[in-house]
Amino acid sequence: MNFGEFVRWRHARGALVVQPRMGFADPTVMRAGLLATRRVDAATVGTITLDSYTRVGDLDAAGHALGQGLALNGYPIVNHPPGTTQAVLDGVLAEDFPVQVRHGSARPLDIFAALIRAGLHATEGGPVSYCLPYGRTPLAESVANWAAACELLLTTRQDGVEPHLETFGGCMLGQLCPPSELVAISVLEALFFHRMGLRSISVSYAQQTNPAQDLEAVTALRRLCAELLPGADTHVVVYAYMGLAPRTPAGARRLFASAVRLAVAGGAQRLIVKTVAEAYRIPTIAENVAALEHAAATARAIPRPADTAGSGGQVYREARAIVDAVLDGAPDLGRAIVLAFRRGLLDVPYCIHPDNAGRSRSHLDEDGTLRWTRLGNLPLGGLAELRRQDPVGSTELLCALSYVQRTFDAPHLEEV
Amino acid sequence: MTSTARLDPQPAAARDGRPTAVVSSMASDAHTWNLIFLQLLVEELGFEVTNLGPCVPDLLLVEQCRIRRPALVVLSSVNGHGYQDGLRVIGQLRGAAGLAGTPIVLGGKLGVSGEHRAERVAELRDAGFDAVYDDRPDAIESFRRFVAARVAVGRP
Repeated sequence: MNFGEFVRWRHARGALVVQPRMGFADPTVMRAGLLATRRVDAATVGTITLDSYTRVGDLDAAGHALGQGLALNGYPIVNHPPGTTQAVLDGVLAEDFPVQVRHGSARPLDIFAALIRAGLHATEGGPVSYCLPYGRTPLAESVANWAAACELLLTTRQDGVEPHLETFGGCMLGQLCPPSELVAISVLEALFFHRMGLRSISVSYAQQTNPAQDLEAVTALRRLCAELLPGADTHVVVYAYMGLAPRTPAGARRLFASAVRLAVAGGAQRLIVKTVAEAYRIPTIAENVAALEHAAATARAIPRPADTAGSGGQVYREARAIVDAVLDGAPDLGRAIVLAFRRGLLDVPYCIHPDNAGRSRSHLDEDGTLRWTRLGNLPLGGLAELRRQDPVGSTELLCALSYVQRTFDAPHLEEV
Repeated sequence: MTSTARLDPQPAAARDGRPTAVVSSMASDAHTWNLIFLQLLVEELGFEVTNLGPCVPDLLLVEQCRIRRPALVVLSSVNGHGYQDGLRVIGQLRGAAGLAGTPIVLGGKLGVSGEHRAERVAELRDAGFDAVYDDRPDAIESFRRFVAARVAVGRP
């Protein structure tokens, strides 16, 4: 069973699969974290999150930190010898416990090679989502790098396994991107993986600021996968809100429970959890375990909706329009994506990467709904309703970035 | 990219006459929401802003400032490396043609801990920053006052 099959199998038997974002530099601690994740009384998959030197390809800095015993914020999989990572996974990785490598790299070839050497074949990212929000790698270069990385990952089929890739496109910048564009980028990255030859693919969506709009987005994501990737083995993964977390423990727990409700109600099969500690530091193994248990218990207490079909509403209509416009640009999807950003058919609000047009803008309504303020050249004319056009200023931006924190903390402020 | 006017000692103005500012992170910092906030704030103070974005290598920062000749340079760092990154780049900026007298400020979370904050700020100012804002509640207000006092801006 590969990563995708396992997730769909557990979901079909009634469980929401829960996953941490765990990553430790020390192989002994990394192994202990994976074992603890496996032992949680829930349907879990394991995570090895890499450090940020490895993410940007600065292997000398990662090596220096390892040599000097300096702190790293994740597992340096390229610097650790293959035998070390195999030892971390020995007796941990199993049919019923797949492990995914999480990184954040626009130059992922070394990382893919290292995870394959260690016997792994599930990872995540994408040519857009691991390029535009972080750093300065040109988009065209990231597209070429990700095409090469997909080809490398497909070589694992020689060992009789089906490799799995997850799109990070539904999490662009973490916040303030209207859900329709998140859904469109997630689907486009899934199509990119599929055209490269991948057959087992998951599509991501990060919880935003309004529950009804989020539910539409997850529904739209499933509908677009059914329409555009009928031959692939796909599932949906929801990320608990990635922006500023509530400061009160009770507020944080309510926020994380709302992410579980979104996943269950939307028919998503997997959830990436967040810990209460994450806003301040790298969470401990125990904090990760507690977050996984809380999410699984919350999911068990929520009845699954009888029918999760749904239309996806306005989010679907906008996402479909964006995807269609991008696909029309060129027969080669990688080229079409680069062209789309150049023409502003894809334009992520508040993203300052040189290859992002930067002409679109968004704002939060009073109820947290994300709306377009300015479309730039997005193909949404006549489709998206512009309720206001005055620009978001610095004060309003700060308010929008802390909207979730304020909303979920409000009932618990006496605890602070 | 042309740089025909690089020897002109006057800061360049945007086409609409507004003074220009450069907002930038430094090499090791991948955060962007701080840069977006600062861009909006500096635009509201009357500038045309060039936002160089995250993870800006030293050479690119110096080159862009030299070519653009901004009336104000705002550096931001929130990953805890602001102190060492700032000390490294300010000498290079001051040594570049036309930037010796340009107002250059640095703000953010400048160290990994809250210790020695006053010493860090003093050292960065001695190294050549006109103002340094070390993650204090009044930082934005102080920055506004600095811009009002030091940079001539035609208010709309």
